[in-house]
Amino acid sequence: MNGLFAQNAYLLISLLKVAVVVLVLLTGIAYLTWFERKVVAHMQSRWGPERVGPYGLMQPLADGVKFLFKEDPTPAGADRFVYFLAPFLSLSLALCTIALIPFGPGEISIFGRSTSLSIAEINISLLIVFAFTSLSVYGVALAGWASNSKYPLLGSLRSSAQMLSYELGLTMSVVGIVLLSGTFSLRTIVLAQQGTVLGVLPRWNVFSPIMPQVIGFLCFFIAALAETNRVPFDLPEAETELVAGFHTEYASFKFAMFFMAEYAAMVTVSAVASVLFFGGWLSPFPENPAFHFTYYLPAALAAVGGVLLIVNGLRYRSKVGRVVVPVLGLILLLLAATCALPGVNPVIQGPFWLLSKIFFFLFVYVWIRGTLPRFRYDQLMAFGWKVLLPVSLANVVVTSLLILLREKR
Amino acid sequence: MMDQILFYFFGGLAVLSAVLVVTSRSAIYSAIFLITTLLATAGLYLTLRAEFLFAVQIILYVGGIMVLFAFVIMLVNLDVALHQAQFNRQRWVATLLGLVLGAQLLLAFLLGHRDGANRDLLNLPSVAVTQLEPNTQLIGDVLFNKYVIPFEIASILLLVALVGAVVMGKKRI
Repeated sequence: MNGLFAQNAYLLISLLKVAVVVLVLLTGIAYLTWFERKVVAHMQSRWGPERVGPYGLMQPLADGVKFLFKEDPTPAGADRFVYFLAPFLSLSLALCTIALIPFGPGEISIFGRSTSLSIAEINISLLIVFAFTSLSVYGVALAGWASNSKYPLLGSLRSSAQMLSYELGLTMSVVGIVLLSGTFSLRTIVLAQQGTVLGVLPRWNVFSPIMPQVIGFLCFFIAALAETNRVPFDLPEAETELVAGFHTEYASFKFAMFFMAEYAAMVTVSAVASVLFFGGWLSPFPENPAFHFTYYLPAALAAVGGVLLIVNGLRYRSKVGRVVVPVLGLILLLLAATCALPGVNPVIQGPFWLLSKIFFFLFVYVWIRGTLPRFRYDQLMAFGWKVLLPVSLANVVVTSLLILLREKR
Repeated sequence: MMDQILFYFFGGLAVLSAVLVVTSRSAIYSAIFLITTLLATAGLYLTLRAEFLFAVQIILYVGGIMVLFAFVIMLVNLDVALHQAQFNRQRWVATLLGLVLGAQLLLAFLLGHRDGANRDLLNLPSVAVTQLEPNTQLIGDVLFNKYVIPFEIASILLLVALVGAVVMGKKRI
């Protein structure tokens, strides 16, 4: 038994990591829908989900159950195999990318074996990210074709054109990062961003002293919005014109898979954006003893959240809420205590900062959804080809020139 | 051991789906099997430790070119294609030529398998593939130093093709 474990330790630990990450990601996605509905509701002076559980916290669960038990019809004349294949393709490709994200520095030990804080360590991980992104078109395109229906086909054609056009901008906008750090490995890209600029700002790629990648980041973020089919680029599912675009004919869990794929793509794109431009797991505070107190930020945040939940929960209007919400608060307080432990504290720094950055980008996603109207199709294409691509190309040219000049000196 | 399993898996998948590309009745299935073939070939590159080629194969061929293929096929009227004969009269010539090509490859393989002078004759690599370095940088070095002129010529050719496509596609420029 022991020998068997030793032989397959790498495989087993990888499987364990995959299980943990996928579980966390799927739960995160479920609550991302709750978060989005809540935030957009408050932006529009509404309450959002309130009825299922305290603060509507059980809403994702209710939605999941509903998706599972709905009738799942296949349209007449649909290509059955491809009709089934499309949602699987969408979701699995969207989930795959998270395997390449490094969540923290150093190594943790599981069952006496040290392992890095990411599922896969590949020296061309950035290219693999783009490979997965470029494949994600197929889910949408095949779904639209296999449905044997007019609106889905139109939606999927639009979407394929859109994703192909914006992929160029997406790829071009990160070339500056590759030039600055001289590698395709996401871990090395993060490691190259250590240190400070002018003693205050972290030396992240957006603030890079050679050529701040602000333009690169803006191009990346806009292209990412388009790649994930989010507002203001959600033309593939423009309700007023196309009913629901490529997934009009999908119901039940197959629809849920498309839905989950969209949110998973949001999470992974946010993760990639934070790794490439905002220093990944690196803390925004300089690495010196004076800033050592920031190590207790995660614990402090969790503690404040826990206290708030307990105080508000005891006054909650329903009886169940008066029990559940304070218990949640207690759990958060326990979490805060764990985070403050000297053994745990340094380990969670990396994941904490990366997750905060991801959370920030997700909030921006929702914020944009609550703010901007949808583009028209010709505007979308004109913007992608005539603005985004030239600007990101210019960014590449200027960055490489500045790097060359610096090396000459 | 693992390398061999992966090689036979990807190799078999590539051959099988290549056959299915030709024999499928529906054009979209042909496209899907072509995608599988390309992905399996990418897997073969990976077993040869050519990870850059692997990524580029997926990004360019599968994620770029094949999407356009699928795009066009979706818009074509497939009912017409379904009623047409799938193989034409050239198939015996094609089989013969295929067999000749296969025999050539087999001969090259068998000659290369014997050690000695033949190995140099066929220019087979003498390094075991497991010992190669990460090759993204190596490819860049070779492309932009040793083969910079062929590389630039290829770029200009592509540019010409691009401009030509725009000129032919647009009625008025």
